[in-house]
Formats: sequence, C-alpha cells, structure tokens
Amino acid sequence: MMLQAAPNPLMKVENLVVEYSVGGKTIHAVSDVSLEIARGETLGLVGESGCGKSTLGRAVLQLRQAVSGKVLFDGHDLTTLKGEPLRKMRRRVQLIFQDPIASLNPRRRIGDIVAEPLVIAGVKDPEERKRRVSEVLSAVGLDPALVSGRLPHEFSGGQCQRICIARSLVLNPEFVICDEPVSALDVSIRAQILNLLEEMKARYGLTLLFIAHDLAVVKAVSDRVAVMYLGRLCEVGPSEQLFARPAHPYTALLIEAIPVPDPDVRPTQSVPVGEPPSPIAPPSGCRFRTRCPRADARCSSEVPELRLVASGQFAACHHPLV
Amino acid sequence: MSGALLSVENAVVDLPTPRGNLRAVDHVDLEVGAGKTLGIVGESGCGKTMLSRAILQLLPKKAKLSGRVMFDGQDLTRLSAEKLRKLRGRSLAVVFQDPMTSLNPVLTIGTQLIETIVEHLELDLAQARQRSVELLAAVGIPAPEQRLTQYPHQLSGGMRQRVAIAVALSCEPQLLIADEPTTALDVTIQAQILDLLAREQQRRHMAMIIITHDLGVVAGRTDEVAVMYAGRVVERAPTPALFKQMRMPYTEALLAALPKLDVPPHTPLPAISGRPPDPTRPLKGCSFSPRCRYSAGRCSTEKPRLSPAETLEHLYACFHPIAAGGGA
Ligand SMILES: Nc1ncnc2c1ncn2[C@@H]1O[C@H](COP(=O)(O)OP(=O)(O)O)[C@@H](O)[C@H]1O
Ligand code: SF4
Ligand code: SF4
Ligand SMILES: [Mg+2]
Repeated sequence: MMLQAAPNPLMKVENLVVEYSVGGKTIHAVSDVSLEIARGETLGLVGESGCGKSTLGRAVLQLRQAVSGKVLFDGHDLTTLKGEPLRKMRRRVQLIFQDPIASLNPRRRIGDIVAEPLVIAGVKDPEERKRRVSEVLSAVGLDPALVSGRLPHEFSGGQCQRICIARSLVLNPEFVICDEPVSALDVSIRAQILNLLEEMKARYGLTLLFIAHDLAVVKAVSDRVAVMYLGRLCEVGPSEQLFARPAHPYTALLIEAIPVPDPDVRPTQSVPVGEPPSPIAPPSGCRFRTRCPRADARCSSEVPELRLVASGQFAACHHPLV
Repeated sequence: MSGALLSVENAVVDLPTPRGNLRAVDHVDLEVGAGKTLGIVGESGCGKTMLSRAILQLLPKKAKLSGRVMFDGQDLTRLSAEKLRKLRGRSLAVVFQDPMTSLNPVLTIGTQLIETIVEHLELDLAQARQRSVELLAAVGIPAPEQRLTQYPHQLSGGMRQRVAIAVALSCEPQLLIADEPTTALDVTIQAQILDLLAREQQRRHMAMIIITHDLGVVAGRTDEVAVMYAGRVVERAPTPALFKQMRMPYTEALLAALPKLDVPPHTPLPAISGRPPDPTRPLKGCSFSPRCRYSAGRCSTEKPRLSPAETLEHLYACFHPIAAGGGA
C-alpha cells in the first residue's frame, strides 16, 4: 500500500492488527491499518467512539500488543524491541489522555506528578528534575511556584489538561499521541488547549498523532487527516482537501454532521439513522456498507483497499465520491 | 410575559457551600411560548443546569430558590410535592446529558415505558405496550418490540438517549427540557438526536428548552437563544437576530472560539482567556470583565443590566456592546 507522507517518516505503522478477546469472542478493534507520519507533521485520526482510535494509539506505544503488523519509529520496529532498548525508545514517544482529571493521581502533588516520568527515566538529581518540571509547567502557562505543591482536585478540567501536557513533555519527546485531549472540555477552554498544543509543537519540535471524534477540531490542528471506521481506515488526505472534496461516503457523513453556527444553514436532516455495527461481527466487504447510501452488491463481497483518488488523498471505497 | 407557557420570573438560586454562599442563578427572567424552542447557551458552571432544575423544582435539598416559575398558569414553586410529581411525568419532561439519570438500570425498557404511560395516561396495559412500541420506533430504535425486554446497559449510549427521549415524550408533555442531550455522543449520533428532537417538537407542537455549550447546536434549531454567564442571562434574542448581530462580547467570544471549517489548519483559535469567576466570590462589576477585551471604565465597578437593543426582543447586558457591523 502506498501511503507515502514523506521519504523518511518518523512513525510508520504497517498492516497493524489489534484484537481483544472478551468472553470467547474476538473484537476486531484495529484491522490491517497502515499509516505514516512525517517528522514535524500533525496527523489527525478521526472516527466515532469504539472505532479503534485509542487501541491504535496504545498499540503504537506498545501498551497493547498487536496480533500482527509493524510499528516503525525512526526506523526501529517497536513491536520487536524489549527491555532497555524499548524503554529508551518509549521515552521519545508520549501519550496525553482524554480525561485529564482521571489521569492524574489525586493524592500526589502536581510537582511530583509532572516529575514522575523523569524519576522513571532515571534522572537522579532532584535539582535537575525541579528545573525541568518548572520549565514545562511555565511552558504550558502554569506558575510552577503556585501549582507544584497543590493536588489535582484544586484544578479545573482545562488546567488538569495543561498539567497532563506538561507531564508528557518533561522528557523532551519527539512524538506525542494526543488521545481526545479536548473532548471533555467546553468550547472556550477547548480553544485554549488546542492553541497550547500548537505552541508546544512549535516550541519542542514535536510530531503529533491527534485523535478526536470531532472532525472540525481535528481539521483545526492537522496537516493530514485519517478517517477510521470500525477498525479500518476509510480515507487519508490533506486536511483542507479532505474537507473540500471527501472521497469516502463516511467522511462526507462526518462533515455533514458538524453543527454549523449559522441559523441560515438549516440542519439537513439527511444524516442517515443508524449506529456502527458491533466490532465482534463486522459486516463483510466494506464495514461501512450497513450505513452507506451508495452500497451495492460488490460492497458486501469485496473489502475495498485504500487507493489514490486525488493528489495525496487515499480512500477505501468501491464507489468514491471523487 | 402573559401568554407564555413557561415564564421564569426573577429566579435566584443560592447554594450554601463550605466556601460560602454560591449564587448559581442570579435574577433570571425567561419565557417560552407554547410550541416554541428556546436555547440556553453557556460554559459549564454558568448556571444552566441549576436553572433547569429550578424550573423542574428538582433543586438539591440545600438550595434556596426565590422568584416565580409560572407554568401553564400555576406557580411551580408553590405546588405540593405530589402535584409536582404528577406534572413532571405528564406535562413537563426532561432529558439529561447522561440518559442513565432518568433510566432505571434494573428495569427493562418496556417496564419503564409502560409504567410511565399507565401511571399518567388512562390506558390499559395492552394499549400502553402498543404505545411504547410506537414511541421506540418514532425515536429511531430498530426492532422496537425486542427492545422492550432489554435493559438499558444492553444498549449503546446513543440508543439509551433515544430511549430516555421516548420516556420523556411518552405522556405528550407540553414542555421538554433537554439538558446537554448530545454532549456525550458522537457527532453523527448528535445530529440524529437533535433532528429527532426537532421533528417530535414540531409534530407534537411541544415547547422545548435545549441547553448546550455549543452555539452550533442551537443555531438552526431554536426560535430564541438566551446566553448565560456566571448565573445571569447576558444576552437574549430571537435566534436569527442573535446570529445576525451579537451585541454582548461573551456571545461573540463563544462563537469565535469554535473551530471554523473555512480556515486553513493551524490558524490559532480566538480562545477566551482565563476562566469564569468563582461563583462564591461574585465580582462587583460585569462578571465577564476579567476576560473581556472591551472592558473599560465602569465595567469593573458596576453590573450592566439586561436591557433592550434596537428592538425589544433583543436584550443584552453590556456597557460597551458590539456595534452594528462589528467592533465595540
Ligand atoms: N481493554 C479492552 N477489552 C476489550 N475490548 C476493548 C478494550 N478496549 C477497547 N475495546 C473494544 O475495542 C473496540 C475499539 O475501542 P477503542 O480503541 O477504545 O475505540 P475508540 O478509541 O475509537 O473509541 C471497541 O469495540 C471497544 O469496546
Ligand atoms: S465501498 Fe461501498 S459501502 Fe463502502 S463506502 Fe464505498 S460505496 Fe459505501
Ligand atoms: S460590560 Fe464591559 S466587561 Fe462586560 S461584556 Fe460589556 S464591555 Fe465587556
Ligand atoms: Mg478512545
């Protein structure tokens, strides 16, 4: 499959398959996903809950073992690394979660929470740790002197997310996976955090995988967007192009569903009723076919492969819109 | 004021907290006409949910409500608990953000629907059952007959919210209050649920209040919008008038903070700096002044009153309103 983002991508996922087994049944969470992320790029990953976005992120970080496939980070296959080499590599890759409050230990002080990755990485000098913690806390807009001694419950959701971002940056990573970092936040705080992520990306030279279920949010920060449905990729392409001319019917549905703050744009009422089927028994052929207005016989018998539909834009559909 | 199905008059909700009194709702006036839809918009903590609970008379025990809540000719603040309970099942319904707030986890969907219908409408069991199946079909639930025997936990979040809506609609209420009904749901499900609410509202000529933090949700789906900040209504107007010309800087800022579809990626979002004020430490002046880019002069010492703009229907509370054509 040709999904070239750049000649020398920082992250390359090849034919990744991740499954869970629950009560004797197999959940096909991620099925044969391939992706590339260029150095300095933000790739947005969008799709409805349960489509496998978090599982993909966790498998990339080796927090969840893949059934098959490769995760090449800077040329090294993380799926085959073990012990110290894996730990070393992991330091260069960090994760930010959706629920900022739940992901902070309620009994630990902010200074210790942010310093924890340093301790784990073996930074022994307390002065050095303190200096690095102060640096990242200031970078995310918090006053180290004021916040270091406090506990998480003293902070709002937006501030907790700043703390999580600081913790993820303290080891100076190259690649950060942001898993729904703003989904739990209000409109105004969401904008602050999105801007902060952009600033941090520029300041620390980061490469980002930005996961969200809201396409408008993803578009605001991503160079390219990958759309996922029920464990498979539907479409990958440059953000603006994907918005202007979606090729996959599911991408079009996601765009259609965004609420537009303009009373003259009456809601179309054309979003088809229905929800994603179970990943335990995904539909044969194209997994989107049970909700797709263009589905025909071929769609139920043949799995559509990702193929080039326009410059830099790939879609997995037998009857693409472009 | 007269003729409205619901009119909230000078409502104040105070909650005692260890940090002192928390004024959750601060002198709010609102009306909703029969068959009309009102959107209430604001950030979390600005008093939207407390206001809706004040309307429903479902405030926490310690809360103190003053003012009047006139619904269909009676003041709900003076009704007995028994009368209120009847009214809430029958004429006044609510859908919460988390559908499990209104669904009982140990009862089947069928039992919950049928019980509500039998209790409030004069129907026998067979009729109530028939009615339940029709309702589940109306809210877009596939195979409604089979759902009757299922429990809420066997359904997805979107399906549960549909069931909660079916329960709310089951007694043909005159007013439905939907408090962030889609905030926990995916975008495609959100669109379906909002369409469903709009369709049922029109079909039943029911009045509706939609509470949300997203101006995009109310734009095409309400007759009137009230924007709340720090417990107060700070701007109120017919929906088209509001979006044509926002006068209150907070409303404008809420709109600006939404990601735009027509700007290139990496365009910084005009975020609202800071956070809403601590509600136990009310500010002397305009509550929005610490975050407002137009704040000047008496903004920090005096509270602006909600007063009419050019037209009587468009009200705003601001000393330096945004002028027609933009800029304050
Ligand atoms: N630890 C787990 N055990 C079993 N099933 C899981 C687990 N985590 C996720 N799943 C299932 O895998 C599928 C993909 O989930 P997830 O990756 O969390 O999706 P997303 O992040 O897109 O919401 C879903 O059906 C989900 O219920
Ligand atoms: S392959 Fe068929 S079912 Fe799948 S998205 Fe394309 S048209 Fe629809
Ligand atoms: S009264 Fe002053 S501070 Fe308040 S919104 Fe208007 S300009 Fe801003
Ligand atoms: Mg997830």
